[in-house]
Amino acid sequence: MASSSSSFWNIAYQQATKSGVLVAKVYCFLHVTTTHLLFPAYAFGPSMIPTLHPSGNVVFAERISTRARKLNRGDVVVLQSPEDPNKTPIKRVVGLEGDCVSFVVDPEKTDESKTIVVPKGHVWVQGDYTHNSRDSRIFGPLPYGLIQGRVLWRVWPFQDFGPIGPTTT
Amino acid sequence: MGIQNLLWQVTKKAFTGGIIGLTISDRCCSVVPVRGDSMSPTFNPQRNSYLDDYVLVEKFCLQDYKFARGDVVVFSSPTHYRDRYIKRIVGLPGEWISSSRDVIRVPEGHCWVEGDNKASSLDSRTFGPIPLGLIRGRVTNVVWPPQRVSKIG
Repeated sequence: MASSSSSFWNIAYQQATKSGVLVAKVYCFLHVTTTHLLFPAYAFGPSMIPTLHPSGNVVFAERISTRARKLNRGDVVVLQSPEDPNKTPIKRVVGLEGDCVSFVVDPEKTDESKTIVVPKGHVWVQGDYTHNSRDSRIFGPLPYGLIQGRVLWRVWPFQDFGPIGPTTT
Repeated sequence: MGIQNLLWQVTKKAFTGGIIGLTISDRCCSVVPVRGDSMSPTFNPQRNSYLDDYVLVEKFCLQDYKFARGDVVVFSSPTHYRDRYIKRIVGLPGEWISSSRDVIRVPEGHCWVEGDNKASSLDSRTFGPIPLGLIRGRVTNVVWPPQRVSKIG
């Protein structure tokens, strides 16, 4: 009958809008959490040996200390690469603004070292495995605005579940 | 009790509205005021803060960071990351820019920004090319005051 079929579509329509609103709310909540509080990241590659495994780790990074400017020397950070804004490497902060940083330019080839003063508004980042790491020794001091978050905790592989600390372990 | 329930309902609605608004502002677009005259006459053609322009900044360009020469963008300052500047992209990665004495190549992943009012603008001529990752949005329209509503092309 006409009236029962229209009420079926009414109910279906109401259910669909309710689910749609719920999906939108969940999406917005997830967005706000990952953009302003905490977000997961998959880290791979050799540049942070021995802190991170080259074959893959899942870590959680928080955004609160970067927003509040409470970053310290020795923190491991997720940053946006100044060479490609779509890539987000993970490196360790070695020098803050005003620090005098000495580094070996290319440990694979020579022993030549340089010293540089980190300019205002920038940080100096280096990978823990300097033999194979594209970091500030190549692209220069990193503007603070490119830092996405500070790595807090590794959740996978499970046998290495634990904090990613400020000192190399 | 009635008033407690009402307060809880209002708080829940405000919280949800705040989260949705924050998501829209981060992902879609937001309205920001333009301060200063470094982009005169495109923005703020007269120096009177009561008549500052308000512009619409779209955030969809941050998905892939593809910009064109001539785009007006909002970006975080490389030296004072809490400050936001509005300038025009004049050089894309790989292009050559002639500054006062020499010719500079814009490195990969960076862009060269300059204000339209070159006499009073702090831009790439001072702090060099900026990484594309510092860009926070692209200006598409002027939305206030009503007589200056226009599309920025």
